[in-house]
Amino acid sequence: MKVAYWPGCVSRGFTPELHGSMAKVAPLLDIELVELDRACCTGAGVIAEHNQELADTLNARTFALAQRVEGAEMMMNICSTCQGAQSECQQRLDANAEYRTHVNSTLAAEGLSYEKGLTNKNFLWLLVEEIGLDSLRSRVTRPLANLRVGPFYGCYIVRPRERLGIDQEHPRDGYLHQVIEALGGTVIDYAGMRKCCGFPIITMNKEASLKQAGRHLGDAVDAEADCLVTPCPLCHLNLDLQQPLAETAVGRSLDMPILHLPQLVGLALGLDPKDLGLNRHVVRPTSVIDWSASVVAAAA
Amino acid sequence: MAETHDRPPEQFTIRLRRYDPGSGEAAYWDEHTVELEPHRSVLEAILQARDRFDGSIGIRCSCRQAICGSCGVRVNGEPSLACHTHLDAAKQGADGGVIEIEPMGNMPVIKDLIVDMDAVHWKKIQRVTPWLLAKQPVPEREYLVSRESMVDVTQTMACIQCGACVSDCLAMEVDPGFIGPAALAKAYRFVGDPRDDQHFARLNDLAQDPQGIFDCTHCFKCVEACPKDVNPMGQIMRLRRVATADFHIVDRNNGERHEAAFAGLVKDNGLLWEAELLPRSYGGNSWFGKFHPAAAKEMLSSLPAILRALVRGKVTPMGALKPHKIPSADLKAVQGIYEKVDGREDRYELNLYVVGEDEEGPQAEGAPAAATAGATATTEHDGQAPAAPESPEGSADT
Repeated sequence: MKVAYWPGCVSRGFTPELHGSMAKVAPLLDIELVELDRACCTGAGVIAEHNQELADTLNARTFALAQRVEGAEMMMNICSTCQGAQSECQQRLDANAEYRTHVNSTLAAEGLSYEKGLTNKNFLWLLVEEIGLDSLRSRVTRPLANLRVGPFYGCYIVRPRERLGIDQEHPRDGYLHQVIEALGGTVIDYAGMRKCCGFPIITMNKEASLKQAGRHLGDAVDAEADCLVTPCPLCHLNLDLQQPLAETAVGRSLDMPILHLPQLVGLALGLDPKDLGLNRHVVRPTSVIDWSASVVAAAA
Repeated sequence: MAETHDRPPEQFTIRLRRYDPGSGEAAYWDEHTVELEPHRSVLEAILQARDRFDGSIGIRCSCRQAICGSCGVRVNGEPSLACHTHLDAAKQGADGGVIEIEPMGNMPVIKDLIVDMDAVHWKKIQRVTPWLLAKQPVPEREYLVSRESMVDVTQTMACIQCGACVSDCLAMEVDPGFIGPAALAKAYRFVGDPRDDQHFARLNDLAQDPQGIFDCTHCFKCVEACPKDVNPMGQIMRLRRVATADFHIVDRNNGERHEAAFAGLVKDNGLLWEAELLPRSYGGNSWFGKFHPAAAKEMLSSLPAILRALVRGKVTPMGALKPHKIPSADLKAVQGIYEKVDGREDRYELNLYVVGEDEEGPQAEGAPAAATAGATATTEHDGQAPAAPESPEGSADT
């Protein structure tokens, strides 16, 4: 399927391995990515906090660009925070025709216009709802057998439920569980899996921010997870990049590898850990790499 | 509805978290099976268990119709009003069909399902001076204010002080001193009230407090928890917006600088430049921000993370020094949006709580602006009454 692809900023900045691994995984899932390279940052909620209409207009521009991608079935993102920020803006734009007209009048300078009703899905949602778990399962060449994976959902992709379209028919707040299972891994539940990584307040209250990250990582360690997987690069920053500081904040060693969702999928689809950028993480994903090597060895 | 109410009583198993701090015993789970019609509430189940099986079960309740806010508990892990949660729905969401009921979080337990609201919730509410500090002179009769300006604060006035948002606040979980969602929503109730005389003082106080408006982690837990759709996090964001954009309060928690740096970097590059965001949030929103002593100190404390990121090749020196940008024609368009929207004196905000959603089908273009009642155009908030909602086109003469 062809999608208008919004990679976000961080996936091309501090977590380049996310954007890179998505590009590697997409063809294996028959996803054609048409990158929205003209679009700007979603604002991550911060621009909306500064000026709501500004955030709505900037995102309406992105939506309008996505709607112009010929043959694209929908828009796809690989960042929970982008999903949350975009869904919030889209909710306002879709709810009120007059507001939409007003926002579109600003976009008219560029000849763009957003039409109500864009479908915008995070890769996680697309994986379950469009590709389908059965199809995903059938593509697995290296099942994640014996790998104990803790899902880390973060906030923006699970709350608020109504805005994000989470209901009994679309239990999106459980999709990471389903994907880990479909890839052959063992799901490890732990207290912090749907809590905040602390990233949004890293510059305002660093101690509390790192405590949040450290606490959830500690919960995962106690539950004996081998690694965590997250659909959010900002969570990845606090959980991986900041993990050495989080260890100090909570006074314990953690050593918990954090994988981006496309990396986990890529491993099960047989891609090389290095090609997926697993060597680029601050916390070495030793548990994962050892596992891959052992499975490859077993297969050979 | 009638059909629902006709359903005969069924058996429901409830699992209660019991704890009596005075007893010296550890907390434990206590199971009871009650018989009630499925549309009855979790509260009724608890009360039946207390009446029939164990008179010592502790639960606080009063109105039984979601008005008094007394019976806040956690049902299957989610904060809820016990009287406002139907048994059939609760059973559906329960693991193994057993409805799990626990006291609310972030507050000490007095007994079983009763938490100490005074120790946490009410103390925090008091922290924000939850009463009107009236403009002088107080009129002899009533204050006259525009209808729109009061509609703006109705959402926070819907709060019933049940503490559900406090129970689940993730910032409070690691930082118990955080003023928290309920109290900050209450603060907006007065910051948004044109009769109040202390907007600046209130905002400055809450912005400078390290556990004030900039301590919220933006996790949406309170938005989900609230049974009255108060959207506490949304109110906190509005407090931030008014504090920074209208009153130009530069706080010592980097809140204003972070926001300015974020919006500024996106305006300059189209995309976020993370390597610059951190130092600018500490040192100020310019290229020189990173040379500010506060930024240098922060960079130093982050050195363990920065060094490992460099060693692992996660971040390259060039990647950190050079921003990634969108094509120049697009950047120009983005900057045009900034100039038009951010440069406008009046902010235009749409609150769906007030406006609701359109009926299906697009409205005709040029429909009267009154259709968007509830959209507030906030003018420079200098202690004067906010302007009445205006046309979305931004003309001030509607």
